Amino acid sequence: MNTEEIKHLAKLSGLELHPAEIALISEEMSAILFLVGKLQAVDTTGVDPLFHPIALIEELSQPFRIDQVTETDLRDVNMACAPAVHEGLFLVPKVIE
Amino acid sequence: MTQREWEVVIGLETHAQLLTKSKIFSGASIAFGASPNVQACAVDLALPGTLPVLNREVVSHAIRLGLALGSKITPVSVFARKNYFYPDLPKGYQISQMDLPVVVGGSLRIDVNGQEKEVVLTRAHLEEDAGKSLHEDFAGPHGELSSGIDLNRAGTPLLEIVTEPVMRSAAEAVAYAKQLHALVMWLGICDGNMQEGSFRCDANVSVRHQGEIKFGTRCEIKNLNSFKFLEEAIQFEVRRQIELIEDGGIVKQETRLYDPDRGETRSMRSKEDAQDYRYFPDPDLLPVNISKEWIAQIQDLMPPLPAELRGRWQTAYGLSSYDSTLLTQDRETAEFFMELIEKIDQSMVKAAANLMTGDFAFALNRDGLRAWQSPVLPVHLAELLKRLQDGTISNKIAKEIFTLLWERGQKEPLQLEGVVDQVIDQEGLRQISDTGAIELIIDEVLLANTKSVEEYRSGKEKAFNALVGQIMKASKGKANPAQVNALLKQKLTPT
Amino acid sequence: MNWHLQNLTQLQNSLQQGLIDSVGLTSFFLERISQLKHLNAFLDVQPETSMAQARQADLLIREGKGGPLTGIPIAHKDVFVTKVWKSTAGSKILANYTSPFDATVVERLGLDGAGMVSLGKTNMDEFAMGSSNENSAYGPTLNPWNLERVPGGSSGGSAAAVAAGLAPIATGTDTGGSIRQPAAFCGLTGLKPSYGRVSRYGMIAYASSLDQAGPMGKNAKDCSLIMNAIAGHDPKDSSSLEKDNEDYCRHLGKPWLDKNNLVDKPLQGLRIGVPKEYFSDGLDGEVRTAVENALRAFEGLGAVCVDVSLPKTELSIPTYYVLAPAEASSNLSRYDGVRYGHRSADYKNLAQMYERSRAEGFGAEVKRRILIGTYVLSQGYYDAYYLQAQKIRRIIAQDFQNTFLECDVLMGPVAPGVAWKFSEKSSDPVQMYLEDIYTLSPNLAGLPAMSIPCGCSTSKMPIGLQIIGNYFSEARMLQIADYFQQASNWHLQQSPLLAPPASNGEVS
Repeated sequence: MNTEEIKHLAKLSGLELHPAEIALISEEMSAILFLVGKLQAVDTTGVDPLFHPIALIEELSQPFRIDQVTETDLRDVNMACAPAVHEGLFLVPKVIE
Repeated sequence: MTQREWEVVIGLETHAQLLTKSKIFSGASIAFGASPNVQACAVDLALPGTLPVLNREVVSHAIRLGLALGSKITPVSVFARKNYFYPDLPKGYQISQMDLPVVVGGSLRIDVNGQEKEVVLTRAHLEEDAGKSLHEDFAGPHGELSSGIDLNRAGTPLLEIVTEPVMRSAAEAVAYAKQLHALVMWLGICDGNMQEGSFRCDANVSVRHQGEIKFGTRCEIKNLNSFKFLEEAIQFEVRRQIELIEDGGIVKQETRLYDPDRGETRSMRSKEDAQDYRYFPDPDLLPVNISKEWIAQIQDLMPPLPAELRGRWQTAYGLSSYDSTLLTQDRETAEFFMELIEKIDQSMVKAAANLMTGDFAFALNRDGLRAWQSPVLPVHLAELLKRLQDGTISNKIAKEIFTLLWERGQKEPLQLEGVVDQVIDQEGLRQISDTGAIELIIDEVLLANTKSVEEYRSGKEKAFNALVGQIMKASKGKANPAQVNALLKQKLTPT
Repeated sequence: MNWHLQNLTQLQNSLQQGLIDSVGLTSFFLERISQLKHLNAFLDVQPETSMAQARQADLLIREGKGGPLTGIPIAHKDVFVTKVWKSTAGSKILANYTSPFDATVVERLGLDGAGMVSLGKTNMDEFAMGSSNENSAYGPTLNPWNLERVPGGSSGGSAAAVAAGLAPIATGTDTGGSIRQPAAFCGLTGLKPSYGRVSRYGMIAYASSLDQAGPMGKNAKDCSLIMNAIAGHDPKDSSSLEKDNEDYCRHLGKPWLDKNNLVDKPLQGLRIGVPKEYFSDGLDGEVRTAVENALRAFEGLGAVCVDVSLPKTELSIPTYYVLAPAEASSNLSRYDGVRYGHRSADYKNLAQMYERSRAEGFGAEVKRRILIGTYVLSQGYYDAYYLQAQKIRRIIAQDFQNTFLECDVLMGPVAPGVAWKFSEKSSDPVQMYLEDIYTLSPNLAGLPAMSIPCGCSTSKMPIGLQIIGNYFSEARMLQIADYFQQASNWHLQQSPLLAPPASNGEVS
């Protein structure tokens, strides 16, 4: 993988990579891609993907919640570990749209 | 080239917030207006270890819409993750639907200036809403300019309804949006409150030369939350694109926002341009099975739809298209009318329609009330109509009584039975139908209005009405108008 | 008293007989934890809270409200969120994170459930990504059998804790072998249940369709007791199965076939499938020998071995290393410094805040897997990698079903070798991935799999035997394992740190 591809991938992944890291990561990615590239050779014609393993033997069906309010106001507890808060709002660097 | 040679192509994507008590994947409330983050529970905040569980009512609502639109309901529907980073998206992905949306196809009939059109839909899918960014200038931990994030809205259930690009004008787009708006409220699946963001439209707009088969490059105008803005934005965008192309430019595919103050669309500094969402089926959620039995259950409980009711009433009672449309403007009005006509004779239905589209609608409008808030109930209107039918009162008196009932009902709830008769007796409004009594009044009026009599005899038709007016006045409006007419004519005709 | 040498049944008897109370037991283990700090098995210990729980447990026992696990201490892998104790998943990005709720597994084992006392949170590879515990942001854990060797991963801390007698039992999680391999490396019995058997609510997610929680302890029966407490549907986890609850102890001590009355051949009728691909060139000779000896022992108990084939065994590696990173790349997107966790101190705008916080908070292996995961899901690659891997997954799962037509369980090695020395394999990530060859497939298929001690190398390191069962057959697997443990002593082997204290009372 070249530098541009790695940078694009890093951007999509929300990761900042230092120039020094990029070379190493590029090598590692190539090695991993070589490993996983072995999947290409397998003939999977007519095979459906198995997204949920137990679906192999059983029909799986999403269970439901009844429509009712079960959560109370636990704002203080839930926001206790927030890095930056102001009057109940999470603060983040301003986004200009 | 003139604008007439251009064809406008519009598709709408509408996000309707579904009317439930709790969120699509968590048990937090979706009530509007709460303090920031008090309705954002652990699941909504994407705290480590949390998982989504699906709210059944959300699927029921989707089925309701699908049935109303004549769509196909997908028997096994799948949720997928749409991955991107944004502070109002706590998980870093939105749970939405990609390949197997809950509703596929369907259509909605619209009427634009008398022209009917069937707007074909592509699909409708379920997804969760994101939170809100407040762009006021807060100071962050290092003093940096910061936005405040409120995640109360994160996880609110949305139904995204997508049309094929089949609309050809802003007017059609608005007609569709209004019709869809009315429908989702009719079905009780959305409260339609556009100021609160319950119903938001994105318009995909492109232009091409008439006769061209290929579509032009389209721009998406996002988050239009009023019909007025929808219309203005589309009109501006169409002009913009045409001018751009005519000047030799190329339309760039992008997302735009409408600025109502300036009346123009502008390009969004986009979080979504050229984004690769890396959709994949959400492994935390299982396929959603929608059985035929479930669909049938919902179908059984579906209210009759506006179009159906209009057709029924026009055929059975000869109501006009105009009246039947007014009577089906929302579910409460239609149900009011249906309750009313159950209580009266078939022959009075037209009168009932007139009453509801006339005085009743006027009073509601004037006082800023909805049909379900009316101080006068169907049972009262039914009584009123009965008294009209049996000749106890005249039309004019009926209007008076209606006004009296309305005023009384606003002070104190009206009793359910006999209140019309009470008013008639208390106010002495019983119609005078006795021939003798009417003749006496006519005689008196004729004697007092000899000038009018002469004018009538010399051919002035208007004088007749003047005399009728005087007779009605003298009888305090209670004389039976039909009889007055007949008897007066008799008396004025020389034998 | 050598409480750290007792299994759960023995401890419960001691509690019932009043030989010790939960307070005494808890303080005993807390003392050992403190003395063996250098193992770095624990990331967070809060003695006061543990003691308070112990007092509550004693109350329950005195009131006669106790069950088989009440009052017994347990260690939880740091991947389970807990109130009070921090939950870091072995990562700097969650340093100092305290959860407002307990994981369902922790709840079910705790005072409101089975009545156990929590000793604290154990070390692990960051976000469960790793096979040696060397990927922890808080330093590696040392293997009690040999302090220069890895304990295995990602549940290395839990394995070391039990092997060193710091806790009688511990919870772990297994996505590609993270219970079984450290259990094998540390001489423990560990079980990864069928997918969906145990709730994932409160388990910090790595790969959603592969993660499962399970017990790591001294023997099969102990594991059964823990399974009884934790297994079962959780409405908060959509992927947890709605099946009737089971008693995982119900087959212990019973012959394999109901009609069997051959006391010395209790496993008569059991067919053990031995996949030939599990005995390829890469397998260490001593491991091979130990496993083969174990198979002979099973034959001695009446079982019959059958040759079977799992042709896609090697392919399970690229399949796993597409699917797990893909799901992880999405599951870890929530760590952005907005609502909790590490936020960088140095950023100019929102994008930088995200990208720096994550770059600073995640270790190298996590970053690698996120990048690969993003890659295989991205436009143009999804079909060739992600979708292809999900299809091969079905083939792998189907291959297992084919073998189960000829046998009841499969057996083989857990890992190609014994625990390696620190840094021996960590320089080459792909090298590390290859070590997972025997454990990945059951996760892909969602099958239950166990590791039990079956030998010891000349380097004095434990060797584990893997037992893979068909869906929902955990009770039967435990039955088989238990028989082996009745007829052999491998599970009773003690790490040097478990050995009784020297005569001067010091812990070695």
